[in-house]
Amino acid sequence: MTFLTGWGRTAPTPARLARPRSAEEVAELVRRAPGRGVAVRGLGRSYGDAAQNSGGLVLDCTALTSWSLDETTGLVTAAGGLSLHDLMGALVPLGWFVPVTPGTRYVTVGGAVAADVHGKNHHADSSFGAHLRSLTLVTADGVGRTLTPGDELFWATVGGMGLTGVITEAVFQCLPIETSRVRVDVTRTRDLDHTLETMEATDHRYRYTVAWIDLLATGARMGRSVLTRGEHATRDELPRGADPLAFAPGSLLKAPAWAPNGLLNQVTVRAFNEAWYRRSRPGTGLIQKLAPFFHPLDSVDGWNRVYGSHGFVQYQFLVPFGEEATLRRIVSRLSALGVVSFLTVLKRFGPGTPGMLSFPAPGWTLALDIPAGRRGLAGLLREFDGWVAGAGGRIYLAKDSRMSAETMAAMYPRLAEWRKVRDEVDPAGVFRSDLARRLSL
Amino acid sequence: MKNALGAVDTVLLLGGRSEIGLAIVERLVRDGARRVVLAARDATAGPPPVIGAAEVHLLDFDASRPETHGEVIEAAAKLVGDLDVVIPAFGVLGSQRTYDADPVAAAEAVAVNYGGHVSAGLFAARRLREQGHGTLVVLSSVAGVRVRRANFVYGSAKAGLDGFAQGLGDALHGSGARVMVVRPGFVIGRMTEGMSPAPMSSTPGQVADAVIVGLRVDAEVVWVPGRLRVFFAVMRMLPRAVWRRMPR
Repeated sequence: MTFLTGWGRTAPTPARLARPRSAEEVAELVRRAPGRGVAVRGLGRSYGDAAQNSGGLVLDCTALTSWSLDETTGLVTAAGGLSLHDLMGALVPLGWFVPVTPGTRYVTVGGAVAADVHGKNHHADSSFGAHLRSLTLVTADGVGRTLTPGDELFWATVGGMGLTGVITEAVFQCLPIETSRVRVDVTRTRDLDHTLETMEATDHRYRYTVAWIDLLATGARMGRSVLTRGEHATRDELPRGADPLAFAPGSLLKAPAWAPNGLLNQVTVRAFNEAWYRRSRPGTGLIQKLAPFFHPLDSVDGWNRVYGSHGFVQYQFLVPFGEEATLRRIVSRLSALGVVSFLTVLKRFGPGTPGMLSFPAPGWTLALDIPAGRRGLAGLLREFDGWVAGAGGRIYLAKDSRMSAETMAAMYPRLAEWRKVRDEVDPAGVFRSDLARRLSL
Repeated sequence: MKNALGAVDTVLLLGGRSEIGLAIVERLVRDGARRVVLAARDATAGPPPVIGAAEVHLLDFDASRPETHGEVIEAAAKLVGDLDVVIPAFGVLGSQRTYDADPVAAAEAVAVNYGGHVSAGLFAARRLREQGHGTLVVLSSVAGVRVRRANFVYGSAKAGLDGFAQGLGDALHGSGARVMVVRPGFVIGRMTEGMSPAPMSSTPGQVADAVIVGLRVDAEVVWVPGRLRVFFAVMRMLPRAVWRRMPR
């Protein structure tokens, strides 16, 4: 038995861990599933309990890493356990980029599909599922099936958190790039309204945009942000002599193996926020490498340990356009309480995919990290759950580690439809995770 | 299953009318538990009590019939799924004077207060081990920490139970399942009606509050009130000749 947690390092549970080396081995393990069921795990970047299965079997899929690129069309066929880190390392020098990348490269292709991940280009390009051509799924009967966007099961699997089967392969369209750099414009905004207005007015001019909010700023400066917007740089924008497609990201720093609980407190985070806000000098046309632009936290290996042994929760919610009042209400509540959140990120979403349990939809999403040991946090987040659900919004399952089954059902109106498809393909409930138990999926 | 912030989803209370037990259940429901099973003698004869917004199930349970305990625990798991918290809260106090007069009654009380908890505890532990998570809350007492002549029948059963619970907790170590031993002092409630409270006494609500905190931090032992831990560290050292003179 191995104790597993998500990225937030909360609520560990034991499971038998198996590491299949091929799709056939996956099928064999699924056919011999134990009574407590099977959960699927990639690189463990879901913050909560999505890739845990207390007392059962967990398939670590990170040995499934084969892939190929059709250089004329940019179609990539990748095994479910391949990390976007490895894929980018190979694709970028060839002049291709993944269609969507979340804030870390350390996710697997299977995980990207199962969470229907989004990135800074959501307003322009939607989420990962929108770029998929087909999937191979090993279902509860131990059979590998190829699915296309015409299939119901395809859209139950995109965003389905690994509960319809094991994604052993995905085919998706990549994006041609001339260089491995991004041309970046940085702006600072005065307050929350200014942030929202600026994003609304200028998002369409950029493929990638995101705002970092200083949640500890209060009063007239509440919601002040650093807005980062970018475009893949073209060859003629690079300094002469630069290798246009050089790409060698790595971890520069390693987080200490242990950190005291409470290291991230109001004083340290306020100091960090102030420094970050001041350091982010406004400017246009700055040329940046891909890694610091897309994955700044990947440069610190194991940064999740900084939160100490209690771990942390990430609260990421979405409110539809027109419900900005709810967003404002939550931000002002958080700043009034002085809730410590390191790197709070705001993003404007475009159209979602037909994924039945996919998170993104047109609206605003805010993501914050909070140390799990904070007193009164459970009640505060429950209160926010109510506001978010009331506004027709929802919480991202890949980040969630604490909401209730009722809350989830209220936020995901297509849950019944998803259940029907899942029950047909997995009537005995072979695929199970701690998240599935907690949310009565 | 416990979520990231320590809230649980399901609770099984064995001895479903226990004041302390119900006080714990109410607090767990307040903090997010959604499904409750109350198991007690003739429980299914009446309607289920309302506990917050939780779904409450009733099961018949007889603490003095260990051969039925396994079925009750399996039935509870069938009703609500994984058991996150199991609280065996049944027991009888009885007076030492009655036990002196009626040794058979004393043996029967011990059979429930100790033997009943052994079978219920072992059946519950089997289920929790399979799940890979869950906490068995064992209601011990300071009466068992050092047995007093004033209530040595009750005290000796609690002493046995306390030792059993510690051993079971160690046996479960590494399985994901846990045992939490709760050691209250004198609890002012229905069970002790008519008795004058001892120093450092508490109410069922206070015991329940301490249990909630203990569950959140995965405590192995909880004293209620907390200062009893220090007090009993001293009491354990008292020479027998002094201890025997304890008025109660």
